[in-house]
Amino acid sequence: MSLLTKEYSRVKYISGPLIIVNYIPELCYGSIVEISNKTGEIRHGQVLEVSEEYAVIQVFEHTLGLDIEKTFISLLENEATLGVTKDLVGRILSGSGKPIDGFGEIIPDIYLPISGQVMNPTSRERPSDFIQTGISTIDGFNTLVRGQKLPIFSGAGLPADEIASQIVKQAKVLGEDPHFLVVFAGMGITQREANFFINYFEESGSLNKVVTLLNLASDPTIERILTPRCALTIAEYLAFHLNYHVLVILTDITNYCQALREVGAAREEIPGRRGYPGYMYTDLATIYERAGRIKEKDGSVTLIPILTMPDDDVTHPIADLTGYITEGQIVLSRKLYRNGIYPPIDVLPSLSRLMNNGIGKGKTREDHRQLVNQLYSCYAEGCEIRKLVAIVGEEALNDSDRRYLKFAQAFEEKMINQRDTNREIGETLKLCWKLLSIIPKSELTRINKDLISRYFVEIMEDGVESPFL
Amino acid sequence: MNNEKHGTIIKVSGHMVVAKDMQDSKMYDMVEVGNLRLLGEIIRLDKDKAYIQVYDDTTGLSSGELVYPTFNPLIVELGPGLLGNIFDGVQRPLEKIELMSKNFISRGIKMNALSREKKWYFIPNVISGDMVEPGDVLGEIKEKKNIIHKVLVPVDTYGKVAKAEEGEYTLEEEVVFLEDGTKIKMYQKWPVKIPRRVKEKLGFGRPFVTGQRVFDCLFPVAEGGSASIPGGFGTGKTVTEQTLAKYSEADIIVYIGCGERGNEITDVLHEFPELSDPKGEGILMDRTILIVNTSNMPVAAREASIYTGVTIAEYYRDMGYKVALMADSISRWAEALREISSRLEEMPGEEGYPTYLSTRLSNFFERSGRVSCLGSKERIGSLTIVGAVSPPGGDFSEPVTQSAMRVSGAFWALDSSLASRRHFPAINWHRSYTLYFPLLRDWLNSRINPDWEKNREKVVMILQKEAQLQEVVQLVGPDNLQDEERLVLEISKMVRDDFLAQNAMDSIDATTSLEKQFAMLDNLLFFYEECKKVIQEGVSIQEILDLPLREDLSRQKSIPEEEFVEKTHFLKKEIIDKLDKIQKYSKVTI
Ligand SMILES: Nc1ncnc2c1ncn2[C@@H]1O[C@H](COP(=O)(O)OP(=O)(O)OP(=O)(O)O)[C@@H](O)[C@H]1O
Ligand SMILES: [Mg+2]
Repeated sequence: MSLLTKEYSRVKYISGPLIIVNYIPELCYGSIVEISNKTGEIRHGQVLEVSEEYAVIQVFEHTLGLDIEKTFISLLENEATLGVTKDLVGRILSGSGKPIDGFGEIIPDIYLPISGQVMNPTSRERPSDFIQTGISTIDGFNTLVRGQKLPIFSGAGLPADEIASQIVKQAKVLGEDPHFLVVFAGMGITQREANFFINYFEESGSLNKVVTLLNLASDPTIERILTPRCALTIAEYLAFHLNYHVLVILTDITNYCQALREVGAAREEIPGRRGYPGYMYTDLATIYERAGRIKEKDGSVTLIPILTMPDDDVTHPIADLTGYITEGQIVLSRKLYRNGIYPPIDVLPSLSRLMNNGIGKGKTREDHRQLVNQLYSCYAEGCEIRKLVAIVGEEALNDSDRRYLKFAQAFEEKMINQRDTNREIGETLKLCWKLLSIIPKSELTRINKDLISRYFVEIMEDGVESPFL
Repeated sequence: MNNEKHGTIIKVSGHMVVAKDMQDSKMYDMVEVGNLRLLGEIIRLDKDKAYIQVYDDTTGLSSGELVYPTFNPLIVELGPGLLGNIFDGVQRPLEKIELMSKNFISRGIKMNALSREKKWYFIPNVISGDMVEPGDVLGEIKEKKNIIHKVLVPVDTYGKVAKAEEGEYTLEEEVVFLEDGTKIKMYQKWPVKIPRRVKEKLGFGRPFVTGQRVFDCLFPVAEGGSASIPGGFGTGKTVTEQTLAKYSEADIIVYIGCGERGNEITDVLHEFPELSDPKGEGILMDRTILIVNTSNMPVAAREASIYTGVTIAEYYRDMGYKVALMADSISRWAEALREISSRLEEMPGEEGYPTYLSTRLSNFFERSGRVSCLGSKERIGSLTIVGAVSPPGGDFSEPVTQSAMRVSGAFWALDSSLASRRHFPAINWHRSYTLYFPLLRDWLNSRINPDWEKNREKVVMILQKEAQLQEVVQLVGPDNLQDEERLVLEISKMVRDDFLAQNAMDSIDATTSLEKQFAMLDNLLFFYEECKKVIQEGVSIQEILDLPLREDLSRQKSIPEEEFVEKTHFLKKEIIDKLDKIQKYSKVTI
């Protein structure tokens, strides 16, 4: 959509990913420009600041080979847009949304601004449809619902990709055949990771339901700032214009944030915590908040961002700010992983805030909420006792403590460690009750008596030992 | 050329715009910026240059575009139609915007906060010849089923009423005429950054009853006081704020979603119209006003949102209502402040926040209070402020938490480790505190039970003892404790799990009356005292633990309010009977 305006050679100076140019009348805040040099290579950039004297342009590609004299700037569009169409499904695109799979250009139905618009809070529909992922620690304990933003907090070398792709393969909404599509955006990921996903989609036969955007580790860093926005623009189009349920996977947010930090540093901004810009919360929010549902529309955007916590530290700004914006988090544990537990999801720090909307009578089962509360409390207790044992030894424990310890063990081995099986929610809940048989019934005070008498696994009663003891 | 008075943009950087030829403008004046006429506020003047923070996205704005001064600061409209409504940070009505711009908010929309078409039935309180002064009630409007809106004499208006007639009016029609020619409408305007006037601030005398056991019992806040709730992500700030909005004893709730999630507002909009008002027959939504500037909405309007909210809250306080303001989250407001300050290239203070952070924060919290309202007749209103704080990394030593701690009278510290164990509300009983208890003690002892204070002290003692014992256990293991010490551990676990923890999602447990709170705790403490006695008589702790009493006590929370009095009475008898039995039995075996 070139506006075919004049070319200017007014570069004042170049620094990192930024070009500062003398006043160019057409430029406005947020404009997209084309940048060419003497070899004819074309790059793109966005205006970050304009004044009556100069403009600051952020270049999406590298600035290698640009010089002051022979670099030309021309206005492309007043605002960054992306052409979208249903035909994007099944295609592989660059990090800025251009086809790179060799199957030719696409013909857009419509151009949409990639920064998106703010959804009016009064127009939002409450996300409440339970998505079954087949993973017990998610379905049972940190339930995902349609329209939710639920990140995976991973650590270097932990299998976040495997879990995400398993979710893509197994995700289903109970009682429906969903109109389901996936938008996958890789930011700064390695070729190996990219191949992992593409192969996985291919093998599971879902490639024709996926839009893939790839900004690889070797691709320009700054382009990464566009990638999640392009992905979400496509997702919003599919969801809110064409009524699809779209699952968006963004990986790796950590690489995205580093790109953000790079721009901040080049602009000589005062850095915030650990060198990341002070506005990172707001910036991430403009990405994450695009997930959701809209009243009277059938489609939805569900968002699973994946991030790698530097040094497994949840208080690192990337994880911290994400947690402050998203509706919960799935946290992977290195300890579980080392112990051979897969998927190594640690339920204690994990959370789904929209869980209550998606579970219970008519959705999963009436006992779901209370049951899971009880297991949480028993598992937490068991873990506490395990810490104690490490100090004072198991001999110091009384019978009750031993049961909780046993429970924690069984919980990890039977519940969490499901390998790559796909569990129905009913199976998960059944297993919950079975595990509770390790604990004396009188201590199950988080579940009301009615439910206990309806669901408690009676065979464990009266002297018959629990299968897990 | 444009004849309207105007300046010219010379720089656009994010939501900050600099314009020249602005010499006639004043600090904090509102301006309209660029061809789209986006709303903005002047935050620095430098000769003829004005630095403007724009309340909308500035994409597409360019130097050379014009800026139109309004010569007025940011004001809000105060009048009937606020209740049940939802506004953005600068009081644009979001439901009306939805009608205009569909599901997504478009830029540059300008709209009256209050409807000019709607007719309200005005019943005067004054007749001609009455002398009136600022704050006097001129008449009443039934704004919602159970809520009367009082039309007040605006500030600086004195005189004799010439005419005041009952009837249906729109907001632009005058309803009361004074002899000097002053005409008064049913709504007024007020600049948000200036506190509304009162006759006098009064002392605190009664608690702001929240229905949450951990607050009412251990860390109460006074009506007209203020509390802050700091906590890392997912520790329960929003659920607490919403629970307080639902169940606390207030007439009017102002809920500010400041830089938080869109879906949380959807929750409120979904739940509040279905919940009934704890006091009347009306619905909760009818006494609620929502101010919403979600995290993805423009940062400058986020900064304004808490002022918009607090001014509306003061307005209802001035009518003599008990108002509660929930702000979620103060940290997002502070970050907006930081962002603006850094665009102004001001000298940063701690963690990049401007040095005036704590002054601004205390100015905000200081707008709470129990007051004698303006007007010739005595009228008391109150505004209680509860602000959530989101410290980065959950670290309370950061500037926003520290400032909030200094200015609020109650500090409700949330704890990630409690939250991950699903102990909710995840209030850390060691780190939290309240300065109000000494002021509320008499009220609680005389109105609820003479033992209120005594029981509170006992609980605090038990929890402290537990912390000490746990250190011992960490060293030597639990089996080296005396039975009496083990009893303390058991009881404190019960206090934590069965009393302090309270499930906001459970229909019965979500709120507890002060009477039931007292009884629940009293039973637990009674159990403790009785156990202590029998242990001294030689009964072992294990024998006690084997009794079903613990389970009965822990199920107290699921007993409905109506049945409670009867059942708790019965419970005490059970405790005596059962303990008696094992004591006799153990004596026999000896
Ligand atoms: N009183 C409570 N009863 C039951 N569950 C609770 C309670 N308080 C919090 N929770 C649980 O904790 C989750 C997180 O709470 P909440 O959303 O209030 O956290 P927050 O502190 O506001 O986090 P953030 O800073 O990220 O907004 C809730 O979704 C809910 O599951
Ligand atoms: Mg919150």
